[in-house]
Amino acid sequence: MAENREVDQLSGIETTGHEWDGIRELNNPLPRWWVWTFYVTIVWSIGYWIVMPAWPLVTDYTAGVLGYSQRGIVAEQLAARQAAQQVYTDRIAGASLDEIRGDPELLAFALAGGRSAFAVNCSQCHGSGAAGSVGYPNLNDDEWIWGGTLDDIQQTINFGIRSDHEDTRLNDMPAFLVDELLTREDVADVAEYVLSLSGRAEDQAAVARGQEIYVEQCAACHQEDGKGDRELGAPDLTDAIWLYGGDRETVIESVAYSRRGVMPPWVDRLSPAAVKQLAVYVHTLGGGE
Amino acid sequence: MNQVSVVRETAAGPGVDRVDVAPVNKAEHRQLYKKREKIHPRLARGDFRKLKWVIMAVTLSIYYLTPWIRWDRGPNMPDQAILIDFPARRFYFFFIEIWPQEVYYLTGLLILAALSLFLITSLAGRVWCGYTCPQTVWTDLFIAVERLVEGDRGARIRLDKQSFSVAKMTKRVTKHAIWLLIAVCTGGAWVFYFADAPTLAGDLVTFQAPQVAYISIGVLTATTYMFGGLAREQVCTYMCPWPRIQAAMVDDETLIVTYQRGRGEPRGPHRKNEGWEGRGHCIDCNQCVAVCPMGIDIRDGMQLECISCALCIDACNDVMDRIDLPRGLIGYDTTANMARRARGEPTQSHILRPRTLVYAGVIVAVGLIMLGVLLTRASLDVNVLRDRNPLFVMLSDGSLRNGYTLKILNKQHEARAFGLSVDGVPGAEIKVVGAADDESGTSLAVGSDRLGAFRIFVTLPASAVTAESTPISFVVTDNADGATARYDSVFLGPGA
Repeated sequence: MAENREVDQLSGIETTGHEWDGIRELNNPLPRWWVWTFYVTIVWSIGYWIVMPAWPLVTDYTAGVLGYSQRGIVAEQLAARQAAQQVYTDRIAGASLDEIRGDPELLAFALAGGRSAFAVNCSQCHGSGAAGSVGYPNLNDDEWIWGGTLDDIQQTINFGIRSDHEDTRLNDMPAFLVDELLTREDVADVAEYVLSLSGRAEDQAAVARGQEIYVEQCAACHQEDGKGDRELGAPDLTDAIWLYGGDRETVIESVAYSRRGVMPPWVDRLSPAAVKQLAVYVHTLGGGE
Repeated sequence: MNQVSVVRETAAGPGVDRVDVAPVNKAEHRQLYKKREKIHPRLARGDFRKLKWVIMAVTLSIYYLTPWIRWDRGPNMPDQAILIDFPARRFYFFFIEIWPQEVYYLTGLLILAALSLFLITSLAGRVWCGYTCPQTVWTDLFIAVERLVEGDRGARIRLDKQSFSVAKMTKRVTKHAIWLLIAVCTGGAWVFYFADAPTLAGDLVTFQAPQVAYISIGVLTATTYMFGGLAREQVCTYMCPWPRIQAAMVDDETLIVTYQRGRGEPRGPHRKNEGWEGRGHCIDCNQCVAVCPMGIDIRDGMQLECISCALCIDACNDVMDRIDLPRGLIGYDTTANMARRARGEPTQSHILRPRTLVYAGVIVAVGLIMLGVLLTRASLDVNVLRDRNPLFVMLSDGSLRNGYTLKILNKQHEARAFGLSVDGVPGAEIKVVGAADDESGTSLAVGSDRLGAFRIFVTLPASAVTAESTPISFVVTDNADGATARYDSVFLGPGA
């Protein structure tokens, strides 16, 4: 080393001997604070090995005397949170839906819990704002196919619609064209009559023909006035809300092929308290009865 | 190189010693890769030193005692005059209480402080640096402790050179212990601004205080000890941006601490009974260098390292008195006046200059705006957040509904009830979630000094919603005193 010493002429400082395109690197010492910081980090790291998890072993690792574990901390925090919530979830599990609604403290807890349960379990179909989409009902509005009281909502969440649960809400509108109950023309006439219920018919002759078929085939569930029947899950055909769309083509499609949307039962997947919180949350979205 | 060698004092004039001292921190002597050279400032005696003691006492008292000032705000409110309450998100400043939304008051205060600094700098140079900057005040305090324990400059230099002994050890330990004590108190005082001081003080000594309090005290103890005890002038010279920035506020008419070169040069030792013809008044005694806490020579002219602490003025005046020459060889002066003096013209003072007038004008303007905003500060504020998901809901009768979250800020220290109405959309139906239908929007209760949040549904018949977006205003009225606040929002629909 010593025989290779090379000193920069201009600054009088030794160089490292490295040269790039005629540019040579001065061998200035590192700043003192920097060097000392470096030494401190070395000392620190030794302490760290002892105190914290550090060295990987074949099947394990050195845990360190503090036994620190991020996974353990998360588990602890979750357990602490659940224990803190236990008071409220117990009360909710024991209270009726109306009692929850009447108690500001329980209501606030149920709404917060319901919101997060909704985001996890329901938003995939009903949307994060519960506004639904074609085939998936908007839960903010005031139209309820199976009823909008707290108990109705709880029932729907628990057992689903056309699900595999024995207590499921169930109905079965025929696919009138496929099942050969009606001809293509009959279907078009019925659709024209359905449109007339919300004042949108164009062909009065078709409406008259359609009405006859309606009374015969549809009124049993949808009622003579078209206002539907929640007991049977038959939607109101006279209002502005259409689950699959209210234009002529879609109504024809619904009559011809039926729809039969499915909602899964949640009774086996969520705790009774969680279902209650969901019911209360959905009820407050704007359409609760 | 430029090290302080053995303390060798020779006479510079009758009764005046020549101090063997080098300005180790002046720009030409500094090297980035060199260890810091210790500066041993000698105690200066004079008017500016006295003034600095007074300012030190006042500023330190303000810092240490302010959190203990009480201010009655009524029951259930903190009675600390200045309190930054993070958990409750309030800032209390005597009669002012600021909510997080009003943090612009703090911005205004900082702007005022910055502009005042600009003004004072353009008038009188670096008085902030020299007298009131915490770095200067605490360093001055630490040097005073050092002097008390180890003696003045000469004694300290001798002590440094002594080999290890019990006496030296005792002095060193005493000095660092006092420094640490001051540092702990400095960090300790800081945390009192963020919690009720008497309660926190009790918690601190019984180890019941929150961890963050101990961490804050620890960090501030470390920085105070390091900056005031060990780093000192290095902070001002290397770390602080202000010496670089302040050049923009200083001009020829700005007061600076300076050496009257014309009167002083050529300098040199002076013997008794010698005349003053053909030579300058500076007897090169180096007293100005010896007292300088920054380690520079003021006779080199204006320089970035000088914090304008004026201690060299005291030192030089003292010498001038002893050799019967007029004071003021080193003093506050302006560059313009020095030039006038050199030309034989009378000196002038120009306090009113475009620069100072602009700074003063902006200060007055900002101050008036702040005052105006503060005086008209409403005790009621309303925010409305529109639902974004869903944007609107169509109901079975075809009408449209929008959801809003209404937030009412009651800044009074008593509970209030408010009525709600909407403007701009005839036929709107308001429903407050949770309220009974018949009393919806008539009585929204908000607790004292609280924010009340309400879910609001506004429903309009389809015929009233012709555009995608219709302006709508929410008006909140205090049922008791009729105070109102409004918030403009929009009502969304599917459009035409």
